[in-house]
Formats: sequence, structure tokens, C-alpha cells
Amino acid sequence: MSIQVENLVHIYDKGMPSEQLALDNVSFEAEDGQLVGIIGHTGSGKSTLLQHLNGLLRPHSGKVIVGGVDITQPGVPMVQIRKKIGLVFQYPEYQLFEETVAKDVAFGPKNLGLSEEEIAERVREAIELVGLDYEEVAERSPFDLSGGQKRRVAIAGVVAMRPEVLILDEPTAGLDPKAHQDVLKMVQEVHERTGNITILVSHNMADIARLCDKVVVIDSGKLVAVGTPYEVFSQKDQLREVGLELPPVTQFTETLREKGIELDSTILDVDTAVSQIAKYLKKEK
Amino acid sequence: MIRDITLGQYFPGESAIHRLDPRVKIIATLLFIIELFIVDNFIGFAIAAVYLGAVIAVSRVPLSFIVRGLKPVIIILLFTFALNIFMVDGQIIWQWKFLHITVEGVRLAVFMAIRIILLLIGSSMLTLCTRPLSLTDGIERLLSPFKKIGLPAHEIAMMMTIALRFIPTLLEETDKIMKAQQARGADFESGGLIQKAKALIPILVPLFVSAFRIAMDLAMAMESRCYRGGEHRTRMHEMKLKGMDWAAIAFLVVFLAMIIIESRIF
Repeated sequence: MSIQVENLVHIYDKGMPSEQLALDNVSFEAEDGQLVGIIGHTGSGKSTLLQHLNGLLRPHSGKVIVGGVDITQPGVPMVQIRKKIGLVFQYPEYQLFEETVAKDVAFGPKNLGLSEEEIAERVREAIELVGLDYEEVAERSPFDLSGGQKRRVAIAGVVAMRPEVLILDEPTAGLDPKAHQDVLKMVQEVHERTGNITILVSHNMADIARLCDKVVVIDSGKLVAVGTPYEVFSQKDQLREVGLELPPVTQFTETLREKGIELDSTILDVDTAVSQIAKYLKKEK
Repeated sequence: MIRDITLGQYFPGESAIHRLDPRVKIIATLLFIIELFIVDNFIGFAIAAVYLGAVIAVSRVPLSFIVRGLKPVIIILLFTFALNIFMVDGQIIWQWKFLHITVEGVRLAVFMAIRIILLLIGSSMLTLCTRPLSLTDGIERLLSPFKKIGLPAHEIAMMMTIALRFIPTLLEETDKIMKAQQARGADFESGGLIQKAKALIPILVPLFVSAFRIAMDLAMAMESRCYRGGEHRTRMHEMKLKGMDWAAIAFLVVFLAMIIIESRIF
């Protein structure tokens, strides 16, 4: 599977005084096994972009090619697309509606028209994959769970559909630091287990730098940069121009470099930073 | 889909109509509606249409936008039209079994259709050109004389303000939930009536949960700012009739006079 987004343009409220160009000629691609991070400010068009990827919104021009099929063309069966692409919205716990966790997770697979046994198996697998104890939560009401658990259940609801592309829109928004780390770890595990494309939207540069193979930067509907975290975060000035920060480690090492301490440029993780600084200190002695 | 509903929607603008005192606009709309029911011939409607046309022209709301707002009521319109055309007795011009069309029936059907269309456009002009908040402010002021007989004018206006304020929020919420469930493969379009009604459960349950959550948050926010009802509240924007408002009132009086004279003559 691969995804190609080509020259995507989307305009909200076309013809109204409130008309707004939400996506302006955005192109990028992703391949199997890649974890792609999308960064940008609130209102930059990230969510609009995601909704194009599984056909919830139709572009005014441009293409979204999923596994060789242009899904912006009329007549492409949406069920097929949604089977392939799982989208987890922001605050997904607000979509929970069933009486029990198991039933809620089963909603997606049921809509795919699978057999009872297949559904039961997928539900169990998905709940365990998101790090919950099936025996403990399956028969409980999703509304009785904690915030972090609700979010996991909601993500399980999409994972249970076994999508070939999993898209998560700010999966850690509003969670405490512990739940934040847990959810990210879970996303990484699901990604490694399935080996499919995972697309992650986040405001947290450190998370993006640490987890992603590829980073897409969007600002006011325009593509600012695409590349590996190293490529993207080394374009310091460009990022600053659109008001985005570097990851904290990189900020720290770049400041040291400006002070004349010899380190590699654009260090993205703490371990590398530590070893480089240690090396520098040894040399100084 | 949901965004297509323009009935009761506000169309942002800076025209003279937009800037009029909401009280003037509410009374003008009420009078317009009453007049539509006084009128008993087509010339009266012509006068009303010219008046409405002038208001629309000044407001600069695109006509296509207004017409789009009529879409949801087309069925009602067709239904009344059909009822009128077949139910009225008189000079028969077409007949098939028990169905018959009469000259009087056609006249009445067209007459009622025009009345409904003018009524809808006229009342939608009020909401199109008035911010919901100033609308409820106007209603509060107009109702305040009735406070003496125990009418809670402020509370009514506050309830309306909150209701209006949360229509877009809840629409957005509905849209979000629908999309999220669609992403999980939910299908809202196909199937029979019962199946369609069942398909609404995954939307309605989260929507109710959200509505309660929003209501709680709002109540908390209001209480933490010491809101305690209408007594002794002052307002940021005092409503005062300006030159433009008096001009609108004069225009209204002329229109009213024309309708009354017209209904006497013809």
C-alpha cells in the first residue's frame, strides 16, 4: 500500500463571505512501514487534510491515490476506502456510544459485514493491542472508564477494522503526561506489529522527532516542508517563520552550538545529545 | 449536508439593514407577517414583494442564498399547493375521476404559495441580517413591559440566546460525530426507515453526552462569573434608536399605509 496526495486544494464555504482556502496545493506521499508525522498550528489545515485521506471530504481539485486508486473520483465505493484507511479523530472518546466496550469496538468490524467469530476475535485482539485487559473491560460501560482508557477503547474501535493505513489526529490531546506516553507507545507498538502506514498528527515536536520516519509541515493550508525529521528540523529558520519550534533537545544543542561548542547539527534525541556532549567535554579536558 | 440549512442562519454583513436596531427589525417583521394575512388580492402581494425586494437589495444578501433557504420547505409548499388546487369547488377546468381543478382552486393555490414564500423570505430576512445576540437583546427589550405581569423576560431572552448560540456548536459536534462514525464504516444513507433510524443511535448517544457536557461547562462558567439573572444587570450596548432606525420606521409606516389603502380600494 502507498498513499499519494497530489496538488490537493480544498475551499470551505465556497461562495460565502466566510470562504476560506483550507488546503492550497498540498502534495506528499507515504509508503508501507512508514510512520508519517504531520505538524502545523491549530487551523493550519491538518484535520482537513486527514479527512481527504479517507474520503470524508472531497477536494476541489487534486488527487488522493490510495493503493493505486484515486479515491477522489466519483464511483469509488467508500466502504472499500474506509476498510483500508482507519481514521481516529481528535478526542475520539466522544464517539463512544455502546453499552459495553466490546460492543463499541465491534461497531466498525460489524459495519464491514464480518462474521460473528471474526468480529469477536478482532475485538479481543484490538482491545489487547491498545494495552487494555480484555477480561476486565469488555463488559463494562465505556462511560465508566478513565479518560486515557476511553481513548484507548476509541482507538481500538478503529484498529479492530484492521486498516492498512491508520491515521491518528492528535491522539494524545488533553491527556496527562503518563497517559500521553502510554498512548504514543501503544501507537508505536500497533505500527510495528502491523507494519502498515501510520499517520500521526501532533503538536509535540519531540514526539514527532522521536517516532516518525517522515515529517510533513503545513502552515495556513500550504505545504512548508516534507522529509525525514533530520531534514525538516534542520530547516530551523523556515520552521521559525511559520511559528513552529524545534524539539527541546534540538533547541538545547543548537544553542550550545551557537555558543561555539562543537556538536553535530540537528540532534533529535537525548541519547545522541548526551554522548556528543560527553565526547566534547572529554576532548576539552 | 447540515450546513445547507439557511433557515434561521445569520449572513454576516455591514449593510444598513444589518445595522438597524433589532427592535425595529423585529416589529417590522411582525407587521410584515400580519400584513401578508390582511392582504386578499395579488396587488397587495405585489406591494409586499416590492417592499421585501427593497429590503433584500439594501441588505446585500445574495438572492441565491435566500432561495437556498427555501429548499427544506418545498415539500410543504407543494403539499399546500396540491391541496388547494384540488379541494376548492367552483368553475371546473379539468377533471379526472374524483379529481378536479377549478379556476378558484388555481387562484387560491397560487395565492397561498405566494403568501408562504413571502412569509418565509420575509421572516428569514430578520435572522439573516440580525446577529442572534442582538436579536435576543431586542426580544428582551420588547418583552420587558410584560415583566410587570410576571413574565421572566430576561430569562426567556437568555434561554433563547443560549439555544441560538449552541445551534452551530451542536451542528459542528453532529458533523464531527457523523464523520467519526462514518470513518468506522457507519452508513446513514441506505436501508429502510427502521434501518435508518437505527443508524442514528451512534450519532445521538454521543451527541446527548456532548450536549450535557457542554451544558455543565456553560453553567459552571456562568456561575463562576457570578451570573444570577436579570435583576439590576446593565448592558454593554445600550439600544437607542438612531436616524437610520427612524428612516426605517417611516418606510414601514408608508408601506403599512399602502397596504391598508390598497385593501380598501380593491
